[in-house]
Amino acid sequence: MHELSIVANLFEILEEKAKEQKAKKIVMVKLQVGSLSGVVPEFLETAFDIYKKETIADEARLEMKKVPLKIQCQKCHAEMVKDDFVFICSKCGSKELKILAGTELLLEKIELEI
Amino acid sequence: MQKKEVLVLEELLGSNKKIATEIRSKLQEKGILTINLLSSPGAGKTTLLERIAEKLGPDYKMGVIEGDIETERDSERIRAKGIPAWQIITGGACHLEAKMVAKIFSEIPADLDFLFIENVGNLVCPASYDLGENIRCVILSTPEGDDKPKKYPKAFTTSDCLIINKIDLVPILPFNLENATKEALEINPKLKIFVASALKDSGISELTAYFLSSLHKLHHA
Repeated sequence: MHELSIVANLFEILEEKAKEQKAKKIVMVKLQVGSLSGVVPEFLETAFDIYKKETIADEARLEMKKVPLKIQCQKCHAEMVKDDFVFICSKCGSKELKILAGTELLLEKIELEI
Repeated sequence: MQKKEVLVLEELLGSNKKIATEIRSKLQEKGILTINLLSSPGAGKTTLLERIAEKLGPDYKMGVIEGDIETERDSERIRAKGIPAWQIITGGACHLEAKMVAKIFSEIPADLDFLFIENVGNLVCPASYDLGENIRCVILSTPEGDDKPKKYPKAFTTSDCLIINKIDLVPILPFNLENATKEALEINPKLKIFVASALKDSGISELTAYFLSSLHKLHHA
């Protein structure tokens, strides 16, 4: 349950961005959550709803884009989505793989009222 | 009233990563190899550290950062071996963060060879936080079962080394070593695996040799 701690980091970024943009309100927050990001999206949502009270984002809606684990084989160059977290190329069996996506925990964009 | 969309693209754990990177480079400058130990509660992290301290002997200096929700018990055990230990009491938090390590950083002597960080016992949350370590070790003790790697993928995919501890209990447990290692290597083919019993002092020499060779590599990088 480190989601509350992550949401605290999120709000540090949100306050900073709102200040930069001279915003009155943040109305939408969109995150990208990788399947290997180590967080549970539902817990993130609960933590967000608790944290947002009496902040600049107290009416903000949280959107989350779940990003599956995507890897590329460094031998046969095939790209594949791995739901099972097995780091073995499904095509050639190589273990030389590169993660393309799925570990991110990213604040993608926000919508503001100015 | 005007609405505006702003593209941010910022990592939520970016501030932790930044502090961790600073810690790593400062420790590396001092020639200190830092090892972050992750496991569930009771997997044997503290006992393992006691055995490692005995194997390293007086030729090498080690220090231990202990992360716990409450109590100084683990630090007291480590100090009883004549090893400096710094306790971070998280007061409920389920993991250590780089900023907690940064707070006690000035207390860490520059002449250490090894700095071990014993994370809060938890296989989930600590996996998301880089603490500035050079090596991340996940410890799986045999009573936990051989099916854990895929249940806790983040801890196993982000680790460099897996220590399968309490191997002496295998005769009385339904733990299949082959299954555990196969599953761990499927989700992380680069994982170095050590089989040990900290209590019975088996497999610790091999593990200590790995840390010593990693220290040597750090000095000659």
